[in-house]
Amino acid sequence: MMNKLIFGRYIPGDSVIHHMDPRAKLLLSFYFIGIIFIANNWLTYLLLFAFTFLAITLSGVKWSFFINGVKPLIWLILFTVVLQILFSASGGHVYWHWGIITISQLGLINGAYIFCRFVLIIFMSTLLTLTTPPLELSDAIEYILMPLKAVHFPVYEVALMLSIALRFVPTLMDETEKIMNAQRARGVDFGEGNIFQQMRAVVPLLIPLFVSSFNRAEDLATAMEARGYQGGEGRSKFRILKWHARDSWATVSFAVLTAALIFLRA
Amino acid sequence: MSPIIDVEHLNYRYPQQPADELTLRDVSFSIAAGEWVAIVGHNGSGKSTLAKNINGLLAPASGTITVDGQVLAEDTVWDIRRKIGMVFQNPDNQFVGATVADDVAFGLENQGVSREEMLTRVPAALKQVNMQDFATREPARLSGGQKQRVALAGMIAARPQILILDEATSMLDPRGREEVLATIRQMKAASDLTVLSITHDIDEAASANRILVVNDGQLKEEGTPAEIFKHGEDLIKMGLDMPYAERLKAALKRQNVQVPATYLTEKGMADWLWQLRSNK
Ligand SMILES: Nc1ncnc2c1ncn2[C@@H]1O[C@H](COP(=O)(O)OP(=O)(O)O)[C@@H](O)[C@H]1O
Ligand SMILES: [Mg+2]
Repeated sequence: MMNKLIFGRYIPGDSVIHHMDPRAKLLLSFYFIGIIFIANNWLTYLLLFAFTFLAITLSGVKWSFFINGVKPLIWLILFTVVLQILFSASGGHVYWHWGIITISQLGLINGAYIFCRFVLIIFMSTLLTLTTPPLELSDAIEYILMPLKAVHFPVYEVALMLSIALRFVPTLMDETEKIMNAQRARGVDFGEGNIFQQMRAVVPLLIPLFVSSFNRAEDLATAMEARGYQGGEGRSKFRILKWHARDSWATVSFAVLTAALIFLRA
Repeated sequence: MSPIIDVEHLNYRYPQQPADELTLRDVSFSIAAGEWVAIVGHNGSGKSTLAKNINGLLAPASGTITVDGQVLAEDTVWDIRRKIGMVFQNPDNQFVGATVADDVAFGLENQGVSREEMLTRVPAALKQVNMQDFATREPARLSGGQKQRVALAGMIAARPQILILDEATSMLDPRGREEVLATIRQMKAASDLTVLSITHDIDEAASANRILVVNDGQLKEEGTPAEIFKHGEDLIKMGLDMPYAERLKAALKRQNVQVPATYLTEKGMADWLWQLRSNK
């Protein structure tokens, strides 16, 4: 059940993309989502797709992972696309018309663009999470949030919380599995019966899981304090992030992409 | 020589306890530098509470604790914690770092040790516990014994003078337990470490210089392993699993065989059995 989760699953590799600074990857991924909205004709979308394909090829991650990233969202995407086709302002040739529902040439084109946007955003964010270990992402977030220190936002503490949360995900997943087996042995059926029965079956899973998590948290806090943890101030850092030439080059390539999009848009 | 740990008339009460109840009652003892002391006692007798009092994780109701000449108080607690490394029972619940190397560095980061220094101390510590090949591993992919060795590496890197083990081997399989104990012995040999080990493991207690027996919040007895093990079956009442040689001795005694009153190791027992008939 748990290992079907694609989002947040890191695929180890040795590509340029894997070795990029997570800050560059994170910021450029967000930037990419922004510039998708510059595109407004076939040529610009084609360019964005070409760019994405190039990045994916460079990463060496198998295509199937990206297709699997789209699959869980496909109904949401199609729903949005259909709405867009049926209700957007009509223009060009009208194929069909009934009340407020219109299928027009413009509507179809807009629907196709929306579909492309979804796919591009999913591909790029999947690329980010598949090529960046969660820990590096949390480091990147720490750096990016650093300016918030000025308004006394506890950046170090939040980053440590994030990294501890990530570190405990597999531990708690193992534990869930164990508790599920223990409850199955006592006759609880998971994933059977109607929705209410299924929800009821989750209760004997959640309660022991919560109790044990609180115990773990208590133990962890004790261990951290025993090892001299007094809050984020005054700590040194063992893990640091390094900005390399490749990160600058990636940034330049995004600048070129932006310029090309502006030049080619209608 | 002045003791490295000195506990005088320690009383402790958990906040939620009624006023006339104490978890620790008038506990006094001292430990010399370089000693290996085992603390034994039933579950719930107050051993963990005692350990947490020594490094100021819990504040006593009354009494004084002196560590390496410093009296434990609010302004000395962080200094004292630096001198004491503590390893707990559950290997998962004390693993803070996302990877092995990060976890070893955690204590150093707290002390503000420079990164250059950490880059030498962390690999050296991992090497000492024989975990150097696992530096980038995540805890989920380590065995319990490996996680405890990483915890020990964290101690080695932080260079405490005192190591407190709170049932650090009790959740491990026999092999993991042996590896962890061997690592601790080797740490003790490498630096003049003082070890305070809370344990139910008779073999571990047998190899200590001294044993403190805690019962119902009080220090009931203290002595060398040989002195304590003379109690035979009473040991189980003290919260120790009786050693195999002692169990055999008790069984022989029930068969009216004359057995020596002194404590015998397994080897000593074998030698004695060997000569039992020929000496007659
Ligand atoms: N956080 C706590 N709050 C209240 N009581 C506690 C707490 N921790 C332990 N105790 C109680 O204090 C006593 C001693 O516990 P502990 O020191 O953990 O024993 P040991 O380590 O010898 O098994 C037990 O009766 C236990 O129930
Ligand atoms: Mg305990």
